[in-house]
This record gives sequence, structure tokens and C-alpha cells, in this order.
Amino acid sequence: MLDVRLLREPFQPGALIGPFTGAHPGLGGVCTFVGEVRGGGEGVEALELSHYEPLTLPGMEELADRATARFGLMGLLMVHRVGVLRVGEPIVCVSAAALHRRGAIDAVDFCMDHLKSAAWFWKRERRADGWHWIEPRPEDHAALARWRPA
Amino acid sequence: MTVRIVFLGPLRDIGGEVEREASAPLDWEGLLAAVGEPVASHLQDARVRVACAGRVLADKTALFAQEGDEVALLPPVSGG
Repeated sequence: MLDVRLLREPFQPGALIGPFTGAHPGLGGVCTFVGEVRGGGEGVEALELSHYEPLTLPGMEELADRATARFGLMGLLMVHRVGVLRVGEPIVCVSAAALHRRGAIDAVDFCMDHLKSAAWFWKRERRADGWHWIEPRPEDHAALARWRPA
Repeated sequence: MTVRIVFLGPLRDIGGEVEREASAPLDWEGLLAAVGEPVASHLQDARVRVACAGRVLADKTALFAQEGDEVALLPPVSGG
């Protein structure tokens, strides 16, 4: 089962993972990653994610298809927020079900690297002095390069 | 008669607008003229992509938008 969604409102990953796991009887392993808006000492008050409707969701669906084929998945759940998020709110949840643990773990790693640096999302942070766009980082591209054929 | 141009991410702030309309057909030179500076100079950056009618162009300078098409200006995504 492929379940790919863009959400404009807060969500609870736990409420999605139970039914997703239950939809795959006979699975050998499920791996789940949840990303949240970082708090701590960075002074971030909110994060805004914007997207481009005609490209963003189709791009996520294509990524889910590639991951499913590459890692032999039984199912994949991929949920991403857009809009304004506060510290501690979930941004992204990726969960992969497979017969064996390695496929599930690697699929989630693969999807997260691609969602971070190849999916059509733009982020800006609100700090005390206003909004700041987040620029691409070299380490994100290095993370993507891990998945290319040698 | 018109093509809609959509500004995304930081290009919204740089252009000071979310979208604008231009006359069809619209090619690369027409796009640069329609968006004006400083967005036009950002469009010259190889990392800034252009989509037309829902497809990212392999060569943005080959843009040829028709009546009713939407042209999206896509700066590099944020990572993080």
C-alpha cells in the first residue's frame, strides 16, 4: 500500500503508523522516521514550508514508487506538512514495511535524503528579527550522492 | 491570451509578488523581460529551474509557454 499525502494541518504520526502496519499482514519489519521542528538554542519561533502544487505531490509519489521498487517494499507511508509549523510539531513521517529489516531501514533513509534535498519544498524560519529563508546545504547533496550507482 | 508566472520560495520576496500575468506565447527572453530585475538575474543562475504546464524544463531557455500555461520559477529547495 502506497499512502502519500501533503497535509496543511498538524498530524499525529502514531495515529497513521498503527493502521499502516495493520494493512500489511505477514510483514517482517517496519521502519518509521518522524521529523519535527527543532527547538533548542537556535531562537526559531516557527517554520513555514511552502510548495508548488503541480510538482510537489507528484514528485513525492514518484519517489515513493522508486523506493518501493528499489527496496522491494510491501508498503510505504509518506506524509509531509506544509504551512506554518511551531517548534515540536511533526513535519514529516516516512514508514516502510518489508519482509526484511534492511529494505525497510534503507528505504526510509533513501526517502528522507530525497525529501530533504530533491523535493519541491521551500522553508523559512521566523526568529525574533523576522523571517529567514533556509538555503540549500552541501551536506544535503552529499547525502543524496550516497544513493547513486558507483 | 495570457500566461501566468508563479514566483516560489525566496523569489517571492525578491520579486515582491506571488504571481503575475504575461502575454502568450512567452519564450525565455519574454520571461526575463516580464519578471524584470532583480528576478531576471536570479533566473540566470543554473540552480534556478523553470517549470511550464506542470513539467520542469530540462533547458529553461527553450521555454515556449502557450495560452493558459502556468510558468513556475523554482529556486533551489531548502534542504535542512
